[in-house]
Amino acid sequence: MDNLAEFFHMGGYAWYVWPSYALAFVVLMANVFWSSRQLRVVHDRILKRASQLRRGNLPDGKLSGDNP
Amino acid sequence: MQRKRVNPAKLSTLSASFSGQEISVFKWIHRFASPPFVYRLAGKLTPWIGWLCLASLLVGLYLGLVVAPADYEQGDSYRIIYIHVPAAWMSMFIYVVMAVSSAVFLIWRMKLADVVAMASAPIGASFTFVALFTGSFWGKPMWGTWWIWDARLTSELLLLFLYLGYMALRGALEQPQSAARAAAILAIVGVVNIPIIHFSVEWWNTLHQPATITRMDKPAMHISMLRPLLVMMLAFQLLYFHNLLVRLRTGILQREARAGWVAKLAAGEVNG
Repeated sequence: MDNLAEFFHMGGYAWYVWPSYALAFVVLMANVFWSSRQLRVVHDRILKRASQLRRGNLPDGKLSGDNP
Repeated sequence: MQRKRVNPAKLSTLSASFSGQEISVFKWIHRFASPPFVYRLAGKLTPWIGWLCLASLLVGLYLGLVVAPADYEQGDSYRIIYIHVPAAWMSMFIYVVMAVSSAVFLIWRMKLADVVAMASAPIGASFTFVALFTGSFWGKPMWGTWWIWDARLTSELLLLFLYLGYMALRGALEQPQSAARAAAILAIVGVVNIPIIHFSVEWWNTLHQPATITRMDKPAMHISMLRPLLVMMLAFQLLYFHNLLVRLRTGILQREARAGWVAKLAAGEVNG
């Protein structure tokens, strides 16, 4: 690739090639971002619940109740 | 009951925590399907798969966009293949995973299989959307149209609706138990669409070109063009596994929020 402009030109198909790559990038990255965020949110909520439970602030103290 | 080489504490959480379901297959499946085990294993594997995915993605993009020569017929427009074909392949692969795990869930009542199916649906829908969109942007310069209602395109669109229908069904039913069962049946019935998508280019007349990977007798797919395609397929596969494991961990945490091992896990992290 000696010419960067030529590379981005894609032999005249730039308006078809780059939007395809851009969309794939956006959709797949959104997947990665969203799933990691969900995990963090759920994880933090459970930690918070556990610490509340230890301080006795949680009315239904069932967090460890299922463990025999 | 005594079991060899299994931590008794782990075993008690295992059989008690997963909603009291007894999974009566083999011992190793029993252990492998235990939520805490899967949660920890997935947590360990995720970063490795992520880095591997990023590396193969960079290599694949470099080989596909820079190293591979332009096609003698299609010019540079064919480079869309490096996302279109992997995305289309993943859209079908993920659906089969979803259908198989739904069957495992229905037959053996393995709840983890249901979490796998549920976690796979949005990823599969994303890949299907990417396949349709990139196909459209490839079809315009090559066929002169964004869309045509032929067998391949229509059945792939149906696949998108199957994914969306699966997710909508899960969200629509109040009872999680019946939602899981109904969605599992939908996933299994919908799998009939997969061979239709695959063989549509052989069974019906279509603008869509026939299979690329198996078309090596023709000079159209030179090794310099094929190699980036295979690398990109690996990258997309890894992307799916990475995403699946993260969503699997989320799903396990949500379902096991009241289980002993989660409380211990939380307590350990809060204290230390």
